[in-house]
Amino acid sequence: MKSDVSALEVRGLTKRFDRPAVDALDLTVRTGEFYALLGPNGAGKTTTLRMVAGLLRPDAGSVSIVGIDALADPVAAKQIMAWVSDEPMIYDKLTPLEYLEFVAGLWGIEPAVSEPSAQQLLVSLGLEPHLHERCEGFSKGMRQKVALAGALVHDPKLIILDEPLTGLDALSARHVKGLLQERVRAGCTVIMTTHILEVAERMADRIGVIAAGRLVAEGTLAELRQQNGRNDTSLEDMFIALVDTQAAA
Amino acid sequence: MSSAAALTWFARHEIRLAWREWLAMMTGSRGKRKRAIIALIVFAAILHLPAYAVIGRFANLALPLGKPELIVITATIFLAWALMLSQAIESVTRVFYARADLDLIMSSPANLANVFSVRIAAIALTVTGMALLLSTPFVDVLVIGGGARWLAAFGVVVAIGLSAASVAIAITVLLFRLIGPSRTRLVAQIVAAIIGAGFVIALQIAAILSYGTLSRFAVLTSDAAAAYAPALDSPLWWPARAAIGDGAVLSLLVAGGLVLLGGVMAIFSPKFADTAVRVAATARSVRRGPRTIAFRGGSRQQALRWKELLLLRRDPWLVSQSLMQLLYLVPPALMLWRSFSESSEAIVLVTPVIVMAAGQLAGGLAWLTISGEDAADLVATAPLPPSRVTRAKVEVVLIVIGVIFAPLIAALAFASLTQAAITGAGVIIATVSAAAIQLWFRVQAKRSQFRRRQTSSRLATFSEAFCSIGWAATAALALTIPVAAAISGAITIAILGATWKISPRRT
Repeated sequence: MKSDVSALEVRGLTKRFDRPAVDALDLTVRTGEFYALLGPNGAGKTTTLRMVAGLLRPDAGSVSIVGIDALADPVAAKQIMAWVSDEPMIYDKLTPLEYLEFVAGLWGIEPAVSEPSAQQLLVSLGLEPHLHERCEGFSKGMRQKVALAGALVHDPKLIILDEPLTGLDALSARHVKGLLQERVRAGCTVIMTTHILEVAERMADRIGVIAAGRLVAEGTLAELRQQNGRNDTSLEDMFIALVDTQAAA
Repeated sequence: MSSAAALTWFARHEIRLAWREWLAMMTGSRGKRKRAIIALIVFAAILHLPAYAVIGRFANLALPLGKPELIVITATIFLAWALMLSQAIESVTRVFYARADLDLIMSSPANLANVFSVRIAAIALTVTGMALLLSTPFVDVLVIGGGARWLAAFGVVVAIGLSAASVAIAITVLLFRLIGPSRTRLVAQIVAAIIGAGFVIALQIAAILSYGTLSRFAVLTSDAAAAYAPALDSPLWWPARAAIGDGAVLSLLVAGGLVLLGGVMAIFSPKFADTAVRVAATARSVRRGPRTIAFRGGSRQQALRWKELLLLRRDPWLVSQSLMQLLYLVPPALMLWRSFSESSEAIVLVTPVIVMAAGQLAGGLAWLTISGEDAADLVATAPLPPSRVTRAKVEVVLIVIGVIFAPLIAALAFASLTQAAITGAGVIIATVSAAAIQLWFRVQAKRSQFRRRQTSSRLATFSEAFCSIGWAATAALALTIPVAAAISGAITIAILGATWKISPRRT
């Protein structure tokens, strides 16, 4: 269910710390698209996504989420967006169900809607035996799944995930990937950063490569191969070539 | 590397870690370290003034001493010992629960008994070092006023530091064996607080019951205490005699401390590894929540308030860290109870104690709710303005303070409506002040960092303490000298204003 309306439109996004972390970045992600944002460590991926999620104020530029100016009306933008960081932030003293109840309450979702949805999400992520256990004893993978369920319980239109598969075992990773693809099929937009290039290769509709705070390549896998001039190149080879070129420049 | 060389190397490693932990705790982040060290030196210099006020008059004491003097000095040394013991229990517990290097150490081919002996010695060194630093202004005052013989007091500090660390290790390991690792952390902390505050509180309770006053000296200098005290040649007075300059007794005390520590190292070091393994196993145990829950409706702020209150309720260790301050409410509560049977002017003292306790408790709670947010990204990406998040969190602080202090104020109303009204107002103002300071200086942190909350801003810590004292004094003066209350209130407002002015102003 792809649409020409942009789920995310970023223009001239800039953030400087000691040096430019994000440098006048332009980025467009279409509604219903699975977009993978790749880049070496320190390229500016997380900073970009944190600015989009409203966690960091940009120095310059604009962020539009499904037509809503996220800098002018952050509350409206946050209502339709979810953020999952690479370090799952959940409460040790709450059970997964209680955590999801809290998230649903924060997003103002009616209990009649959120309760069955929460149960279903946790079950689909393989957390059924742990629904009533406090999260303090959970492994990183389990915590990541709880955080992901929290991001999905309010049925967002745009899901932003920073390294969501880190720490997950193969089965859990498959669960998560399946869940995300299901959401995309239902019209949701997913933007994900990952260092696992195979995941991007297999799941993403389009891939963006960011280096030194700028988008250095973007397109479908086929388009990237075309840009690279070789049809048999793997994403890994293309990625390394792009990053090396950027570093040399 | 030989066994002795390995031990020396590990001892150096432990001392370096202890030094860095101490430095981080005292001075916060690296960037601010130089300024923080200067501030600490200035603070230590200023501490000589209250030290002079408290013990300056004892500088000319000389041997032989009478019973009243021996009782006061011994009680003071015992209080210092209790505080060191309290700190040492916390240090030992921290070694088991918070040190991330246990896996590394235990998986190494090192002799664990030796390694843990070094760690026990490092704890003793840290506790003694801290006590030496804190006692320096007091000993300085005595040396300046009474001569170099008072330098022996440093030796007494070393001796009681060694013995406090030894007893702390024995108590903690015993707790592990008796109640298991899952409960030891909480119980050890409560034991530490009760030991630290218990002696002072017990003296106050005795003073209230016997003399209708909060003064501890009333008991210590009483004829009854002198009558019950042992003879002048009793070993009970050794620490007091050593502090005054009796070299032979001092040598005995230091030797005794070293022997005690050596004994504890010999007995407990081989068992440290087992204890650490049991703690690690317990950390993975499962704690269940309610079997069935029905999602609640309500506003987004209600969801935030519910979450904060639930987290507070579910973390007894964290709550006990805050609520321990309420131990100091026991004496005023007792005085309140006593005042119902006998009319006493001293009941006025209840007001500042309650107001001060409310301010301090509110500071801790405000840090937990405002700064100690474990899912900061989640709350920050939720669709509600930051001001409403802040309001909900401050409301939680007010609710908890209300629940704790309302019964005391209600009881006070039976004794005096005016005093209850002034105390209630003081509690609210002190709470709002403390919450405001936490807001102005908020730094994102994990709840588990609660113990180190002071390091994020020394300024906020001091300001919070001065405001609590200021509001407590204002409330007490409002009951006795209203004009002075206006001045005290104005000074406290000025402190609060100055704090806001120099704060990062993250409103």
